[in-house]
Amino acid sequence: MSGANDVTSQAGQTSQTSQQSHGRTLSLTLRIWRQDGPDAPGRFHTFDAPNISEDMSFLELLDIINERLIEGGDVPIEFDHDCREGICGMCSLMINGRAHGHELATTTCQLHMRKFSDGDVITVEPFRAKAFPVVRDLVVDRSSFDRIIEAGGYISVNTGAVGDANQTPVPKEAADTSMDAAACIGCGACVAACPNSAAQLFTSAKLAHLNLIPQGQPQRWERTEAMVETMEQFFGSCTNHGECTEACPKEISLDFIAFMNRDYVKAKIKNRKLTGQS
Amino acid sequence: MAPTATQAAGSAPVFKTKRPLPFPLNIYQSAIGRKWVMAWTGIGLLGFVIVHMIGNLHLYEGPSRMYEYAETLRDLGGGLLPRTLLLWIMRVGLLAMFVVHLHSAYTLKERSRLASERAGFVGGAKKYASKRDYIAANYASRTMRWTGPIVGLYVLFHLADLTWGWWLGDAYVRGDPYHNVVESLSSIPVAIIYVVANVALAIHIFHGTWSMFQSLGVNNPRYNGLRRNLATALAGVVLVGNLSFPVLVQAGLVDEDNRDCPINDTTGLECLGETAEAH
Repeated sequence: MSGANDVTSQAGQTSQTSQQSHGRTLSLTLRIWRQDGPDAPGRFHTFDAPNISEDMSFLELLDIINERLIEGGDVPIEFDHDCREGICGMCSLMINGRAHGHELATTTCQLHMRKFSDGDVITVEPFRAKAFPVVRDLVVDRSSFDRIIEAGGYISVNTGAVGDANQTPVPKEAADTSMDAAACIGCGACVAACPNSAAQLFTSAKLAHLNLIPQGQPQRWERTEAMVETMEQFFGSCTNHGECTEACPKEISLDFIAFMNRDYVKAKIKNRKLTGQS
Repeated sequence: MAPTATQAAGSAPVFKTKRPLPFPLNIYQSAIGRKWVMAWTGIGLLGFVIVHMIGNLHLYEGPSRMYEYAETLRDLGGGLLPRTLLLWIMRVGLLAMFVVHLHSAYTLKERSRLASERAGFVGGAKKYASKRDYIAANYASRTMRWTGPIVGLYVLFHLADLTWGWWLGDAYVRGDPYHNVVESLSSIPVAIIYVVANVALAIHIFHGTWSMFQSLGVNNPRYNGLRRNLATALAGVVLVGNLSFPVLVQAGLVDEDNRDCPINDTTGLECLGETAEAH
């Protein structure tokens, strides 16, 4: 945290003095959602943000606004962030009605202010879903995703001596597709963008990641049933709009959803046989 | 699993887990399974729509051939089964598919509505305050829950109009579909209803046909483009075929000016039967 704050204050100072040196600056107006707690009523606050360097990321813009708020003795805006490299899945934000902003395949931390124009009014809201309760301001609780992972997003192996290299051959195509699915960072943009608040894209990516490769086979059907049914305790029903894929910073394919649908009905049949009810 | 004190608020389930029913009913208990059933019933209903449209093209062969087509449907099964039995079995099957399709659509829509409710924010039914900038969701996919009910209500009107004859009153002749169709579609309000409902049906099919592949898990990156093409083609064929009836009747290209048989349900039908046999 202290590291992030240091970066912020430096950025704040440069933005105020850099006008003559290099880079364009923008004057923006932000409408930001503020809410004191999970049950408190929330509303939009309007902030003027002059002198914003176009080289800043969207999170750095929020840092600047927070710096100014703190200097004025106000409570800073809470928002989620961690690696700021686009790989952790911690940042969120609905920016002008688009999850992670309007840039394709980009997380909020990798969205740069040069993608906006001088004088823009930007509306910032938290990700919305019944299963994503607002903690404070722009921070939402996404632990329902953890419940889905807990239900089966793992493989069980015997530990002991290290196995031989290439002991388990993995077909190249399976490895590639599994890797595409594993790119999911679990940010929740799919749920946020979905008009139905469905978590199909997240769950299907986590399932495909393990169900496609040999290591995932022993628990494949058990995993599919458990993860889907946990997902259905929290989220809406997919209507195949395709908004999730467009919002996804990692461009997870809609094909994984079809793969999950196929595996789920198969799992219902197979698990019955496996438990001797055939 | 009930949330414990150490678990965050986001871990509290939004939906209660129901006691599982025996296989295969438990498939319908899950949202994915329900969507799967919705896809299968959609395939059945789509099959009916296509066959119904193609069958109705007999209208363009004149009153006697249309009569013959209607009679053939009642005689399905030939001498093996009692007359109209197979037709009734198909009707009951169709009704069952319709009811299941509707039930699954309604319950899944409710699930999505509950899952989208915003905590701590009351400001209408929308999920976000800012204008939604849809990228992938098209007009058809966003209006399924409107085009569906429009088609449903239209089906009721269509039955009242041409099957039960409530609309035409004394002008309705039971067993003479050519006359009934021409008589009914000559009225401008009725023709408008048919046009609007069939446009809604085509829009519904445009998303439904593509969506059923996803719901059933029938996909292959190499052939995925074909799914959209198939949906467009089926929606187009159904639209053109079904719209041709009200449009051509209104244009005066399908009428009863050259009709040889009288219009009544006794000698008229006998005459139609004899003309059809003479072909």
